[in-house]
Amino acid sequence: MEIRFEDVNFTYQPGTPFENKVLHDINFTIKDGSYTAIVGHTGSGKSTILQHLNALKTPTSGSVWLGDLEVNANKTEKSIKDIRKEIGVVFQFPEAQLFEETVGKDIAFGPQNFGMSEQEALKRAEEILPVVGLDASFMNRSPFELSGGQMRRVAIAGVLVMEPSVLVLDEPTAGLDPKGQFEMMSLFNELHQTQNLTIVLVTHQMEDVANYADHMIVLDEGKIVGDGSPRTVFQKEDWLRSVQLDVPNTVEFAKELAKNPNWSYDELPLTLDELTQMIVKKINLPKKERTDKQVRSDG
Amino acid sequence: MGQKLIVGRYIPVDSFVHHLDSRAKLLATILYLVILFFANNWITYLILTLFVGLGIYLSGISFTYFLRGVRPMIWLITFTALLQMLFTSGPTMYFQFGFIYISKEGIQNGLFIFLRFVLIIFISTLLTLTTEALDLTDAIEFFLKPLKIFKFPVHEMTLMLALALRFVPTMMDEAEVIMNAQRARGVSFSEGPIMQRLKNLISLLIPLFISSYDRAPQLATAMEARGYQGGENRTKYRELTWKKIDTVVLLSFLVLFSTVYLLRG
Repeated sequence: MEIRFEDVNFTYQPGTPFENKVLHDINFTIKDGSYTAIVGHTGSGKSTILQHLNALKTPTSGSVWLGDLEVNANKTEKSIKDIRKEIGVVFQFPEAQLFEETVGKDIAFGPQNFGMSEQEALKRAEEILPVVGLDASFMNRSPFELSGGQMRRVAIAGVLVMEPSVLVLDEPTAGLDPKGQFEMMSLFNELHQTQNLTIVLVTHQMEDVANYADHMIVLDEGKIVGDGSPRTVFQKEDWLRSVQLDVPNTVEFAKELAKNPNWSYDELPLTLDELTQMIVKKINLPKKERTDKQVRSDG
Repeated sequence: MGQKLIVGRYIPVDSFVHHLDSRAKLLATILYLVILFFANNWITYLILTLFVGLGIYLSGISFTYFLRGVRPMIWLITFTALLQMLFTSGPTMYFQFGFIYISKEGIQNGLFIFLRFVLIIFISTLLTLTTEALDLTDAIEFFLKPLKIFKFPVHEMTLMLALALRFVPTMMDEAEVIMNAQRARGVSFSEGPIMQRLKNLISLLIPLFISSYDRAPQLATAMEARGYQGGENRTKYRELTWKKIDTVVLLSFLVLFSTVYLLRG
């Protein structure tokens, strides 16, 4: 499903003394099957955009196209509900939304709200558990006796079980240990690769953006200031600093290396793999040339 | 959610009313509320309205804030005033039908009730808009101190009050986040049959309770780790200072009191 923002403006509490305009003429497109990262420092309007992706908020002016559905200022909750099944949102610290007696019931809660029978929903819940790295024995446990990491998995399962075609993630790895962070991000990437799931990731982790995203949107004070592939956006390091963001460590390291002309690169390395390959290439290359020369001089 | 509430908010402005001692403001507000119930004719109501008007002017806060404070209550106020208007009989009758009377006295009473409600909301809004919650709890602690003689746990009470006030906005934010998360999972809090909606509320209330249960021991641990041992022998960081102007303000309310008392019919 394609998501398109057309001149979206959003104002909190319009017409009151506390009026606060947070989005200014937002225009962008999230293509079907893409992995989009939305970045920006705190208070740049990321969360407000996120709530528009799922019609939890409707624009003050302009419209948001969720597939074929246009959401604008005069849309009612009722006409929107069906679209929520298609766009799953994992909020920050999603473990806070668990409430049922058992893990199974909690995961089955979403599908039931969209009209699935309890039995079928529970069956689905059991099927989804291995996807998030838990086994069927968790079905009958209380969500409140689990560890923080496990609770988050259950909460994510509760979103995935609705089989959304777009998955919106708001800092899904916040507060997890490095291993948990890696597992979680790998899981989402796998879903993106194997099921062609469209992913929208809101994050502060530039490494995650570099590793996984193919499209990057940079926000600053409610305006879009950058939109493109991570490779082009991360080129502009000084500019990113000016909007209080940063480049991934790999990019920083590559740029530091490139100060020496011998280490200049053709294409900015984003991930650790790319950086390693670049370095390996550079180290091997002179050697080869040398041997070539030696061969020639010998001959 | 909750963002419509004006009463209970603090708006920092550098103004005359903001700089008054919170004890003076609290006392003055209570005094004013008492005076309000003595007023019973046009002249007294006029004086009281002017007095609040002066307060609002001196607070440096836009009048629209105060109007917004009244807004959520406007139906209740109108309803009460109308009841008063329709069911009061008096010597000067304009109209009578069964048990419905419209009399000069009734209309006047209705208007007075209306005015009284509005003034109550105005003066309490004035207090909360210009006084930080912590200052207000400090003032309450000060006035409750004499109760210590009766072994009343004044410090514990005001600590609870201060903590409660501090966490109101936090809990509001949290409620909104959880509501959004559940709405994303297909819950509708504003539509559907009433029983279903009540059931849906469970998905909001349980997470909210759980997070408060989680937060309470965390806060207690953090307080103990910083050496909190209860109210005995504590010093204060925020000292309330009573200035001359506070006495003047309080005296002006006493003058107001006696004027209204003398002028009442």
